[in-house]
Amino acid sequence: MSEAAVLLIMEPVSGRSLWADARRRLVRNKAAVASMAALALIALACLFGSLVTGHPYDRVYQDYVRAPASLAAYPRAEQIIPAAERIAARARGRAEEARIEGDILRLTLTAQRPIDERNLAFFERSDLFGPPRIRERSEEGRRLLLEVPIKRQRFLFGTDANGRDLLTRTLVAGRVSLAIGLLATAVAIAIGVLYGAVSGYLGGRVDLVMMRLVDILYSLPFIFFVIMLVVFFGRNFVLMFIAVGAVEWLDMARIVRGQTLSIKRQEYVQAAEALGVSTGGIIRRHVIPNTLGPVIVFMTLLVPKVILLESFLSFLGLGVQEPMTSWGVLISDGAKSIQGAPTMLILPSLFLVFTLFALNFIGDGLRDALDPKDR
Amino acid sequence: MAEPILSIRGLNVRFRTGDGVLHAVKGIDLDIGAGETVAIVGESGSGKSQTAHAAMGLLSANGWAEGSVRYRGEELLGLSIGALNRYRGVKLAMIFQEPMTSLDPLYRIGDQIALPLTTHGGLGRRQARRRAIELLELVRIPHPERRLRSYPHELSGGQRQRAMIAMAIANNPDLLIADEPTTALDVTVQARILELLADLQRRLGMAILFITHDLGIVRRFAERTYVMQAGEVVESGATAEMFARPQHPYTRGLIEAEPRGRKPPPPPGTPTVLEAKDMRVTFTLRSALFSRERHEIRAVDGVDLAVRAGETVGVVGESGSGKSTLGRAVLKLVPAAGLVRFEDRNLAPLDRASMQPLRRQLQIVFQDPYGSLSPRMTAGEIVTEGLLVHEPATSRKERDRRAAQAFEEVRLDPAWRNRFPHEFSGGQRQRIAIARAMILHPKLIVLDEPTSALDRSVQKDVVELLRDLQMAHRLAYIFISHDLAVVRALSDRIFVMKDGRVVESGPTADILQRPREPYTCELIAAAALEAERGAPIGG
Repeated sequence: MSEAAVLLIMEPVSGRSLWADARRRLVRNKAAVASMAALALIALACLFGSLVTGHPYDRVYQDYVRAPASLAAYPRAEQIIPAAERIAARARGRAEEARIEGDILRLTLTAQRPIDERNLAFFERSDLFGPPRIRERSEEGRRLLLEVPIKRQRFLFGTDANGRDLLTRTLVAGRVSLAIGLLATAVAIAIGVLYGAVSGYLGGRVDLVMMRLVDILYSLPFIFFVIMLVVFFGRNFVLMFIAVGAVEWLDMARIVRGQTLSIKRQEYVQAAEALGVSTGGIIRRHVIPNTLGPVIVFMTLLVPKVILLESFLSFLGLGVQEPMTSWGVLISDGAKSIQGAPTMLILPSLFLVFTLFALNFIGDGLRDALDPKDR
Repeated sequence: MAEPILSIRGLNVRFRTGDGVLHAVKGIDLDIGAGETVAIVGESGSGKSQTAHAAMGLLSANGWAEGSVRYRGEELLGLSIGALNRYRGVKLAMIFQEPMTSLDPLYRIGDQIALPLTTHGGLGRRQARRRAIELLELVRIPHPERRLRSYPHELSGGQRQRAMIAMAIANNPDLLIADEPTTALDVTVQARILELLADLQRRLGMAILFITHDLGIVRRFAERTYVMQAGEVVESGATAEMFARPQHPYTRGLIEAEPRGRKPPPPPGTPTVLEAKDMRVTFTLRSALFSRERHEIRAVDGVDLAVRAGETVGVVGESGSGKSTLGRAVLKLVPAAGLVRFEDRNLAPLDRASMQPLRRQLQIVFQDPYGSLSPRMTAGEIVTEGLLVHEPATSRKERDRRAAQAFEEVRLDPAWRNRFPHEFSGGQRQRIAIARAMILHPKLIVLDEPTSALDRSVQKDVVELLRDLQMAHRLAYIFISHDLAVVRALSDRIFVMKDGRVVESGPTADILQRPREPYTCELIAAAALEAERGAPIGG
């Protein structure tokens, strides 16, 4: 077939799909683009930020319980000498002539009896100081001239009620919250789209039975359902996905079923039936791709919903377990110490709020981009 | 012509779109005198509707108009909505194409007609009601008093269009702009609406601006005609003069765009491809939740049909006559009773799975070229989908080659096979739909109004393409249409359907020249075939 050979040489013109069109419209939406940038920044910070903060998320600093947020490094100048005096007392001595010279504290430790130098380890055990060096021993070990390095640490967001760095914890919590948001949404969408498309396309008695099942699941009280799961399986990270996914796919299934009912009557589906395409093929190639517009929009609105749901569960104490944390847990903790340290509530909330804002703006932008007639 | 009541000078309409600014109307001039009937003709996208919308201040939010539109010397462009409403609905009225959507489904007909009377005419409620009854009588809606309380969905398409007209003429306008008023209606209803408009014009002395793509309407109806192409008026003048001696090649093309030529009949003795006996399709509606009473609609009621190889059987009738259902029933796409024999196999007892291998022989092309192609697939994927089903062993490369070949066959550029449906025009989309059917080399294609949504000149090309494909592959067609001009150009035999039954059937020439049934006569009269001008039907 020489004619066909000629045809193959011709470079096919690539088309502009509806997705490409939608992308162009989305890029023109400033709020959506800014939101995507903000969300990407938050996600990157959550993924890699905890490597930069210099604190493990579960390290407890006993000397810095509920330290307020601050740009300056800890310990503060006025904290150092009282702390040194306390440690000296524990080593059965007294601190005298304490002087701060840069990052070094010089002091003279005096005692009635000769000082047991092993007790100097108390300095090291505190979160403020490094290992002390003995410059001079006099009076038969009853007087020591010490040089103690001061450990400078930054807690930009302050610390929580257990003395853990709040910035690191917020970022690590973000990982959990975003992961639950994305994964539970993905689970909900995978089940919901498939279930809804099958139910809507097959119709008739199958549809009736499938949708009644959805109605039954709808009527289960969510919290009761989660408590039951927790009772049976214990608190578990994976359980969160199951619980949230198992509830949220119901909405998705209804939306997709509604879409499918109208798509089913489209002539391209009838054309596919006339071609002899199998039911699976029609659902896969024709029904599902054409429901994706509303599904994507719903997804961007579902992610914040799921994050909030997780926060709510964690707030009730049914969520993730210590020392792992999530934004919901942090906000819950922050709410308890709102009077003493309001930043413990405000800062993690800000992260959550910005994420939800961004996701909602992206959802709005996507809706406009995917369905330009509907503006 | 005396002082024009509406005069348009240098009108430009532009739209801001995703691909830049679209110049829809390019500096046109137009005049309408009092009591005159003027037509704007053109194909879709020629800017004819946008001209009227600009004059009425109805452009969509991304569009704007420049130039001048004067009503009795008063400039209308750039007026505020409040100022414009002193003219709109009072002096200038408009009716639209789609009578289903231009009436608000939540309000009764009487309230909708009374609205322009109370807001513009200054009438009280009771007076408005009396006037509404008068108007409904004027547009010849039976039982006007009862109809006042009806909701739009209780009226037929023709009655809705009549109600729209009643609203439009409520305040005795000077000018009625009719934007494709009959396109969405059946041909026989169409004729009656046009008659009504002509009659109203005589009685009320208003001018009518007709916007249409249908030259038949223009010829019978308009005194003067403007021909628009791509946003410009290419020709204007007295209608009779223009039809007799068209100056511009585009006008000539439009006038000659009616599908011509006849199909040579298949040689005698060709085998029958498909035979249907006593086809019945019944839809049951349950009337209420707890009632056991069932309401039955017999969409197809005992139809016999046979098609031979290389033959075209035309099925004509109005919407609701069951012709589309018949086409789907013989392909077993809707559950039906009756005997269907394809070659030597009885299709009636086959279920979906056992039908599947036969599907490649029996194809269908649908009416709506926008709805019948999945918007998320490329044209090439759409065309080759049948291969995935019936020849699953073909490689991707081979499928691509076959797609290119099929594109070639329907006279589309094969290089476009990676484009998406929305990048094609209506006629091109219909070619893609035909290519999808052709790629499997079927024996029979059901063509369900394949040309109805297309412009006349495109229709002509598609008809010719269908005829050539039939010759080349000895295809049998079941051609479903309400358009007798197209049916005449394609069919060997015609079946006329009404209310699910075949009222008349026979060879094309016989039916069109010597119709026996009054219903057939009505259809032929309404279609205004060119035979009016002396060209013999069937010649």
